[in-house]
Amino acid sequence: MPEILSVQHISHIYSAGTPFERAAIKDISLSLQEGEFVGLIGHTGSGKSTLVQHLNGLLKPTSGRVLVDGQDIHASKEATRAARFKVGLVFQYPEYQLFEETVYKDIAFGPRNMKLDEAEIDRRVRAAAAQVGLSEDLLEVSPFDLSGGQKRRVAIAGVFAMEPRLLVLDEPMAGLDPVGREEIIRCIVNYRETTGATILFVTHSMEDAARIADRLIVLNQGEVLMEGTPGEVFARSEELLQAGLDIPTVTRLFMTLKSRGLPLSDAVYTVEQAMDEILRLKEGR
Amino acid sequence: MLRDITLGQFFPGTSLLHRLDPRAKLVSVVLFVASLFISKSFWGYGLCILFLAWCIRISGISPKMILKSLKPLVIILCFTGILNMFYTPGEVLARFWIFKITREGIYTAAYMILRIVLLIAATSMLTYTTSPIALTDAIERLLNPLKKIHVPVHEFAMMMTIALRFIPTLIEETDKIMSAQKARGADFETGGIIDKAKALVPILVPLFVSAFRRADELATAMECRLYHGGEGRTRLNTLVMTGRDYAALGFMGVFCLLVIYAERLVSILL
Amino acid sequence: MEARAILSAEGLTFRYPTEEGHEEHAALDAVNIAVEKGEFVAVLGHNGSGKSTFAKHLNAILLPTGGAVYIDNMDTRDENLLLAIRETCGMVFQNPDNQIVATVVEEDVAFAPENMGIAPAEIRERVDRCLEIVGMSDFKRHAPHLLSGGQKQRIAIAGVLAMEPSILVMDEPTAMLDPSGRREVMHTIGQLNREKGITVVLITHHMDEAAQAGRVIVMSDGKVAMEGTPEAVFARVDEIRDLALLPPQTVDLLHRLNKAGYDLPLDTLSVEACADVLETFLRQ
Repeated sequence: MPEILSVQHISHIYSAGTPFERAAIKDISLSLQEGEFVGLIGHTGSGKSTLVQHLNGLLKPTSGRVLVDGQDIHASKEATRAARFKVGLVFQYPEYQLFEETVYKDIAFGPRNMKLDEAEIDRRVRAAAAQVGLSEDLLEVSPFDLSGGQKRRVAIAGVFAMEPRLLVLDEPMAGLDPVGREEIIRCIVNYRETTGATILFVTHSMEDAARIADRLIVLNQGEVLMEGTPGEVFARSEELLQAGLDIPTVTRLFMTLKSRGLPLSDAVYTVEQAMDEILRLKEGR
Repeated sequence: MLRDITLGQFFPGTSLLHRLDPRAKLVSVVLFVASLFISKSFWGYGLCILFLAWCIRISGISPKMILKSLKPLVIILCFTGILNMFYTPGEVLARFWIFKITREGIYTAAYMILRIVLLIAATSMLTYTTSPIALTDAIERLLNPLKKIHVPVHEFAMMMTIALRFIPTLIEETDKIMSAQKARGADFETGGIIDKAKALVPILVPLFVSAFRRADELATAMECRLYHGGEGRTRLNTLVMTGRDYAALGFMGVFCLLVIYAERLVSILL
Repeated sequence: MEARAILSAEGLTFRYPTEEGHEEHAALDAVNIAVEKGEFVAVLGHNGSGKSTFAKHLNAILLPTGGAVYIDNMDTRDENLLLAIRETCGMVFQNPDNQIVATVVEEDVAFAPENMGIAPAEIRERVDRCLEIVGMSDFKRHAPHLLSGGQKQRIAIAGVLAMEPSILVMDEPTAMLDPSGRREVMHTIGQLNREKGITVVLITHHMDEAAQAGRVIVMSDGKVAMEGTPEAVFARVDEIRDLALLPPQTVDLLHRLNKAGYDLPLDTLSVEACADVLETFLRQ
């Protein structure tokens, strides 16, 4: 698998040279392979939002390099612009950036900025709308007349329509109820299945991250605290708790049972796994 | 970045200037500015410079900050200076092509520049040592008598307070929206004036939508916290004029007279 | 007449106004809810279930189109009682940013008492006390926009507490917060209820938050769908799922084990209680 993104020792210092100087991220290195589905976890202030804005060149690292397809995104103005189209970034509460008169025009904003021809724009808008489950008749409606969950899906479709090969989402499920969260997860999975894109999604919910990602990266205080498969990460639950992260209830339950001397696996993070583990112990005896 | 813009910047501190009642400070600045405009002598301006230098010293604010507040005015200062220098009629000192510099011209130019510099420096001292909220309070109190003729003083002050509260929030929001639209390939840098104006639409529409939503929610929250206008409203921190404040005002009065009559006083003394 | 509960909705019906000829489907449909003094009640439901519309009726932001709401025996439709109702029933909203009025924390907490025309010395006392209760005394002179989400929301709570309300209604106060902010706010709410005896109505879609309440009301389609102690309500796993909510993982796990043929009690919500049940089960 070729490497699509390589972050090499980047640091970002805000208000450098003033009394308010503060390092948001410190010497972070990470690498994403084509087609991976990665969850980036950290609480507020861990630097995760600063980090993602480096991935498409919105922020320039104080030191270090970001390579997309092996090319430094700050090598030239053209390289930065190219990176912006290869790496799609969905911000937190993206529904607040909607501005067009119709859903169609709003989704078309990105593709239009890419200077694509009308036929291609039309194809992309319709494809993106389908990926987020918006019906055709909603395309001519004003985005401001939609429900909260629909607005968010329109905003996400606006980034899908740019067909980025690396899709980065910052807290895409924030503030939604369980139904809304499921819908957003479905959109992301759809996009990945139809385009084969690489996904990096940022969340503070361990539960969501563990459920859909193949690999997790945990940030704490601007540094990478741990990295690995969900199983490997949750096996270090104590450290996660110390970093102020919320671990799934079942993981906590299993930690408690283990501390009482029951021979259970410590890498349990879904109810299904918990079920299997308990039945294994019960019926395997 | 937008975040770096500071509006009515305030440097918290505990100096005498910080501790004075904002009303006393506001009136003092008005008196200072008035005497600047009335005074016609270098002696008066000399006094003003000395006084301001003393204020800056005791406030503990770095003189660099005062210079910074003058920076945006450099062009206006130069313009005023040059205009006055060349276009004031009087005794000609030098002449080239169609321009002539007169003695009176040099004097007026110096006066004008000094006047603007002192004016800006004095008002900066006020905003540097007084929190915006205290300043709003002071304006509300000072304008209170106008309520009798149905001027909505309280409402204006409340609007000021809310504006001050939401400026940082909206700046942050603008920053976020700009980044988000940039991530969608929006280009704010290239193109002509019309392109640039068009590029603002994707920022301004979401910003207005959000500002209206915030206003609506804030209004509900305020009503839920029993807000019903200025009537019968009390304050947590009531402004109290102490002996120190009256002394400061008295001193300012004397200072004004000194500045205005400086020339006459000097001629009597010498 | 039988004594009314401190908060009582009787046959509460609400339809949002619509264009002529359109009969809007009722956002609240003959809802009967009574909350006794000192209770901690969580109102659960997915988006559009009517839970937020219900909350907005509790201090007359919305007025019923049918039925009535009584706060400490005051009818919310009586305009003369508006201020008294809002003083009795304080309200905290979802977005902490949009409910903070002043540029200094203590000035913001003082906002409601100032509106009540209370003497400055007493306001000072209330402000200090309320900031102490929410654990934000150290931030008295801070600018609110520099605080974290959880801290801002605690300031908003202090601002409402300064009215000395007997009921606190929270409309999804943690929806915009991260896990540590949520923990801070939930801790504060629990403390207010237990130690200060304040009646709390918490609107939420988080099961783990609802689990901390004394009673849970699940709303769906403008009606009360389920009601009871958290243990009793969450044990009805299938119904919870049908109402588009997620059961807590502890109960979910026990429920699945039951389906697999093991007989385990479903009323163990907390991790500790559930661990007890599982430990006994596994050691049998």
